[in-house]
Amino acid sequence: MAVLVDKNTRLIVQGITGKEGTFHAKGCAEYGTRVVGGVTPGKGGTTHEGWPVFDTVEEAVRETGANATVIFVPPPFAADAILEANAAALPLIICITEGIPTNDMVEVWSVLRHSPSVLIGPNCPGVISPGKAKIGIMPGRIHKEGSVGIVSRSGTLTYEAVYQLTQRGIGQSTAIGIGGDPIIGTTHTDALKMLNEDPETEAIILIGEIGGTAEETAAAYVKEHVRKPVVGFIAGQTAPPGRRMGHAGAIISGGQGTAAEKMNALREAGIHVVESPAAIGETVARVLKHARP
Amino acid sequence: MQRPSQKSGNTRYHHAYICTRPINPAYLYIRIFHKHAFCRSPATKWPPAAQAVCPARALASPPTPDNPKTLAVLWVRLQPQGSAAPKLMKIHEYQAKEILREHGVPVPQGEVANTLEEALEVAKRLMLGGATGVVVKAQIHAGGRGKGGGVKVARTLDEAETYASQILGMQLVTHQTGPSGQRVQRLLIEETAAIDRELYLGIVLDRAQSRLVFMASQAGGMEIEEVAAKDPDAIRKVSIDPAVGFQPYQARELAFALGLKPTQLAAAVKFMRGLYDVFVATDATLLEINPFITTKDDKLLALDCKLTFDDNAMFRQKGLKELRDLAEEDPLEVEASKFALNYIKLDGNIACMVNGAGLAMATMDIIQYAGGSPANFLDVGGGANQQQIENAFSILLSDKNVQAVFINIFGGILRVDTLAQGVVQAAKNLDVQVPIVLRLEGTNVEEGRQILKDSGLAFEVGDTMLDAAQKVVAAAARRTGISTGAAH
Repeated sequence: MAVLVDKNTRLIVQGITGKEGTFHAKGCAEYGTRVVGGVTPGKGGTTHEGWPVFDTVEEAVRETGANATVIFVPPPFAADAILEANAAALPLIICITEGIPTNDMVEVWSVLRHSPSVLIGPNCPGVISPGKAKIGIMPGRIHKEGSVGIVSRSGTLTYEAVYQLTQRGIGQSTAIGIGGDPIIGTTHTDALKMLNEDPETEAIILIGEIGGTAEETAAAYVKEHVRKPVVGFIAGQTAPPGRRMGHAGAIISGGQGTAAEKMNALREAGIHVVESPAAIGETVARVLKHARP
Repeated sequence: MQRPSQKSGNTRYHHAYICTRPINPAYLYIRIFHKHAFCRSPATKWPPAAQAVCPARALASPPTPDNPKTLAVLWVRLQPQGSAAPKLMKIHEYQAKEILREHGVPVPQGEVANTLEEALEVAKRLMLGGATGVVVKAQIHAGGRGKGGGVKVARTLDEAETYASQILGMQLVTHQTGPSGQRVQRLLIEETAAIDRELYLGIVLDRAQSRLVFMASQAGGMEIEEVAAKDPDAIRKVSIDPAVGFQPYQARELAFALGLKPTQLAAAVKFMRGLYDVFVATDATLLEINPFITTKDDKLLALDCKLTFDDNAMFRQKGLKELRDLAEEDPLEVEASKFALNYIKLDGNIACMVNGAGLAMATMDIIQYAGGSPANFLDVGGGANQQQIENAFSILLSDKNVQAVFINIFGGILRVDTLAQGVVQAAKNLDVQVPIVLRLEGTNVEEGRQILKDSGLAFEVGDTMLDAAQKVVAAAARRTGISTGAAH
C-alpha cells in the first residue's frame, strides 16, 4: 500500500525545463513514476523530453489529470509555485527547492495550513515508495520494496539508513524526506501518523536533527499512538550550538532541541534510539526480529 | 549585547537570544527562557548534564578524556573561534540602529567612528548638542562587550578620549569571541539617555506556529532570561498573522502589558510597528531591542539593537549584503562561502568532507563516537566536481590542527568514480601530507575504489561508516603521537 506515492501517482514537474527539473523528471520516470507533464510559465504548448509543457499548474492538471507535483523552481519563485499548486487543488505538493526565505514560507504556510493539500518540504529529497514510484531526487536503486517506513529531515542520511536496510535484505514501504527548513509542510508527526496508519509498514525509522522541537512532539505522538517498533537517530550530537549546519532547521537556537534533549525524549517514548549512525540498519533488524518471532 | 548602566555605574550586559556562542553564563538562562517562552508543555527535559554543569565552571575546566560526554563541557570544547555564523548574517549595532532610524524607530543620537579623531569629533558634536555624556561602544559582532571592557560611559570629552583610545584597536575578549578576542576596528559614540524604565521588545519566528511572534517584557536590560525563568508570564507574546501583519491593537496589548503611560501609547504603537516593518523589510531572523527604554521626559528609545538576517533572502536584500563585515568572520569560512561550500570550523583534528548536511552532522557524530574530534563541518553538496573537491581540500588543510581527513560520500547523484578521480587529482595537486580515509558508497563504487587503489597514494578505505571513522581516529592519533614525540 505505502503512503503518499504509488502506482496511481500522476506527477507533473514545476520547473521541468530547468536543468534540475529535467534531470530529476527523467530519474522519476525511469524509476517507474508516471510523469505526465510539466509547467514552465511562458513555455506552454511546447514539449520537453517528450512531455507536454503547460503555462499554468491549473492547465496542467486539467489536461493531464495529475494528482501530484514536484517543484524544482529556484528559491525566489518557489513560494509562488507552491501557492499555485495549492490553488490548482493538487492533493500532493513536493517542494525540493532549497533556500526559500523563511518569511516567504510564513506566508505560504498561513494558506497551506487551511488547505487539504499535503505539502512535503521544502528543502527535501522527496518521497519514494520502493518498487512503486518515487517523487524526488533520491537514488532509486539503493531502495528495496518492503515494510519499513522512514521519516527524515535529511537527504543523504536517509539514503544511508535505506542503504543499511537494503544491505541486510530489509525493504522499505515509503521513505519520506520532510525537509530541513524551519517551516515545512509535513512534520515528523504528520509523517509518522501516515506510516502508523499504513498496514504495509511494520516498523518505522525516525531520523531527526538538532534544532526546533519537532522530534519531541513526534516522540509524544509515538508514546500515545504508535504500537509499531520505532528506531530513532538524531544527527548533530557533536554540533556546536548556534551554528547552522546547512539545514536551516539545524540550529540550536537558545537551547531548544539539542541532540541530548531529543534523544531523551525519544527514549522516554519507547523508541529504540541509535547513538551511532552506522547502527541504524542492525537496530531495525533486531527490532523486526522481536516484532515477528 | 550589552549596555552601560547609568544607574549603578557598573557595566551591565544582557545576552541576545540566538547566539553564535552559547557557552557563556547566559546560556542556561536562554534555555530556560525558551522553554517557558515557546514550549509551555515541553516534551523535553533538561539534560541532567546541563542542569548539573554551570557553564562558567565548564569554561574554567576543559574537558578531559574521562569526562567528554558532559553536554555543556562538550559544547565548550566545540566552541568555534570565529564570530559569525555565515548562514545567519549579522551586522554591527551602529548599522542596526541606522536601519531602525530609517524605519522611524527612535534611537539615541550617535555616530560610528573609525579613528580616534572621528570619535572625538562625534563626542564633541553630541556634547555641543546638549548631551550630558557619551557612551563609547566597541563595534564587534560578539556579545558581552561591556563585561569585556568594550563599553564605557564618559562624562567629559577628556574621558571620552581616554576610553576611545583604550577601546579602539584593543583585542576585546568576551565569552563569545574565544580566548584570542576580536580586534575593535570601530566605535559607536552615542549620547547618554536619562533612563526612566528599561523594557524589552523582540520579534522572532515561532517554529511551532510557523508564524512570527512579537514579545514584550517589563524586565528589560540584564538577565531577562532569568526573570523569565522565574516568571514566564512576565513575557507577553502576540502571534502575527502574515496576511494582515502586526496590527495596532496587538501593539497596544503589548504597550499595556509593559505598563506604558497613556501619553506614550501612540508613540509605542508607532515604535513597535516600525520594528515589525524592519523585520519584514530586511528579512530578519531576529530583532531584539534590549533595553527598550522610556526616558525621564517620557520618550521611547531603542538603546541597543540586535538584528540578524536570513541568508536565504539575500538575493533580494542587496543593500544588506554590503553591510557584511568580513573582518568579523572566520577567514576560512569566508573563503569556503566563495566556493559555495558550507564549511564551519571546529577545533578538533579530523577534517571531514561529506555530501549532505545531515550526513555531515552524522559523520561528526560518528567521529566523536569513535573517540576522535571533528575539525570542521563541511557539506560539499550533491553535485561536487573535481574543482569543488580541490577547493574543499585546500580549505580543510589550511586548518593547521588537521591530522587526518575523513571523506564520507554517499553517491546518489554524485557518482563515486567521479568523486574518486577528484580526490586523487586534488591530493596530487595539493601534495596532501595527512592521511586520508574514505568511506564511499553508491553509484559506481567498485570503479571508484579501483581508481583509489591505482593512484599509488596511501588512501585508506573503510567498509562502513563506523569502520572508516575508527580508521581515521587511529590515523589522527598516530600522527598526534608522532608530532608530540618530536616536540619533546
